[in-house]
Amino acid sequence: MNKITNIVVAGLGGQGVLKASDIIAEVAFGAGLDVKKSEIHGMSQRGGSVSSDVRFGDHVFSPMVPDGEADFLVVLAADQVEVNAAVLSPTGVLIDVSQVKEDKLRNKKSINVALLGTLSQHLKFTDEEWIAAIKRNLPETLHDTNVEAFYVGKNKA
Amino acid sequence: MQNKKTQLLNGDEAVALAAFDAGITLGTGYPGTPSTEILEELERIGGHAQWAPNEKVALEVGIGSAVAGGRAIVTMKHVGLNVAADPLFTVAYMDLPGALVIISADDPGMASSQNEQDNRRYAVAAGIVMFEPSDAQEAYEFTMRAIEVAECWHVPVMLRMTTRVCHSKSLVKRAGVAVPPSRVPEYVRNVSGRVMIPANARPAHRKLRETLSQIAQWNERSGPTQVIAGSRSFGIVTSGIAFQHVREAAPEASVLKIGMTHPLPIEAIRSFAKTVERCLVIEEGDPYLYEAMRTAGIQVEEQPPIFRFGELNVGRVRRILDGDSSPEAKPVPGKPPALCSGCPHRTIFTALKELDCIVCGDIGCYALGALPPFDAVDVSVCMGASIGLGLGMRHTLAQHDAKRVVSVIGDSTFLHSGLTGIAEMVYNPPLTGHVVLLLDNGITAMTGMQEHPGTGRSLEHRKTGKVVVEEVIRAMGIRNVHITDATRDPAAFGELVKSSLEKPELSVIINRRVCLLAAKSIKEYEKCNEQNN
Repeated sequence: MNKITNIVVAGLGGQGVLKASDIIAEVAFGAGLDVKKSEIHGMSQRGGSVSSDVRFGDHVFSPMVPDGEADFLVVLAADQVEVNAAVLSPTGVLIDVSQVKEDKLRNKKSINVALLGTLSQHLKFTDEEWIAAIKRNLPETLHDTNVEAFYVGKNKA
Repeated sequence: MQNKKTQLLNGDEAVALAAFDAGITLGTGYPGTPSTEILEELERIGGHAQWAPNEKVALEVGIGSAVAGGRAIVTMKHVGLNVAADPLFTVAYMDLPGALVIISADDPGMASSQNEQDNRRYAVAAGIVMFEPSDAQEAYEFTMRAIEVAECWHVPVMLRMTTRVCHSKSLVKRAGVAVPPSRVPEYVRNVSGRVMIPANARPAHRKLRETLSQIAQWNERSGPTQVIAGSRSFGIVTSGIAFQHVREAAPEASVLKIGMTHPLPIEAIRSFAKTVERCLVIEEGDPYLYEAMRTAGIQVEEQPPIFRFGELNVGRVRRILDGDSSPEAKPVPGKPPALCSGCPHRTIFTALKELDCIVCGDIGCYALGALPPFDAVDVSVCMGASIGLGLGMRHTLAQHDAKRVVSVIGDSTFLHSGLTGIAEMVYNPPLTGHVVLLLDNGITAMTGMQEHPGTGRSLEHRKTGKVVVEEVIRAMGIRNVHITDATRDPAAFGELVKSSLEKPELSVIINRRVCLLAAKSIKEYEKCNEQNN
């Protein structure tokens, strides 16, 4: 059975949506899975709605998550939940900013990585795999802040 | 764990990697979503890449490189090929000893474009060989194949990418795909094959058609056509990204996937169609495969016309398969993009709105001046069009309205194709004069901060020759050239535009203020370049 895990990350331009989806894709890639990641960027970088799809499993065909088939919808901006709701499967899990205590973040810009911490509780990858991917995708000066953010999201402290 | 030779790349990065692995001599192009990252990545991994002022020049540089025996890759978005169409149609006739690979990155669904033209039509119209990858692995492999075909038949080859191929990441293996090492370029004269005067072009056209029929034969025998054996009752012919959606939506169907979509392996398609009871074409964009199959007398069902618009996806392919052409649910509208807070363009559009101007816009971030809260752009067509549009309106409108017309153009767009607009303005000035606003934010902002000939820095941000726009504009014959910074003094800017509109003269107002998002990087590049001096 070729079970694909479908994740959609959504938010506004500049929030780190694409960075978050890159990290998820890399974690799955590192775990030896087939991965596809899709995004639309361009004009959407100017503060408009942005979303990115990540799919992994034994073999992935389309890079886009079909409507109603997302296992997880990770939303970085509260007002973008409704815009993306149609993508979530009836049994899918919504992970949004309300689930992370933002005041516990050293830098609020790390909200994308904090939500990955929350997402990580639902997936089979190890913390080490997540943290390695976070570090590979961010400059060294941001490593500590973001590793911390990952744990804030993970433990829902 | 994945094989070490496997990487997670998007289609653009995969093309760059293939170009690098093939020892490409030169990469050139003009930035345009979704093609921009190809040259940036090529430079990042150690290849030679440079930005041209526009796609036509880029293609001409690429032709020159291939004539000299080099391997050149020329990148652009779909509408860029319109700009490069003049050399494109004639280079098809030419004898190229090197490899010329042209990347057309199409944007079905118009994620960030002004139209959704299907550039497979160009392959047919110009007689150019075309490959269509469906993911990053194929983007890598087909780039290699393109070089191989180009050097074997001495023809230019096009790779048609689409947004979802360019900007989707998937696994890419380098192993097992290679082309012969590139030769040391040397010049061999071949006047009849390269000087396209009528006497040479007539036989060259015949030769092109002969070559294309040879390549079609090759495509039938050894082209990158893939057959997925499945149900006898139902078969699908497809290409590009649509193949991936089809495999997911119809895992049981027989599928014929075409890798080289011009010239088509029409006999392979015919044979496939005979093996299934029902044959359907699923393609993104124009009914290109469908029309070719029908012309060849192959029985095939057409997808409902509503699926010609926008991107395909798994859901839409399922609807095609179900024969469901009922109106589709409209997606919940997201937040539209907007000019950044603090963007220098904001002040400009506020002023133009206050002055009740008729604004001929252009292609760039400032196209967002058309959206609320500004609602300040009246017409926008293509790169560089603002000046010609403004002149045409000035020649036509009654004087009181003609005097309200301004053309607004960015710095990169101006050097791309605004200069000829200035020539037109000097040559055929409207009775009321005209006012051009050149919004110089020091970078090609919309596509993600690329350099251009006016920045004085090369693709890799090193110091190089600089085109000083005000000097060029003065030299072309415009006497009223003003340099302003509206952010610093909005009132003075408003006054300047107002007084320029009142004069029956030609004026160019250059508003110079660096893009807020680029300012920090530009400072660093300049500092770095100073230290290296």
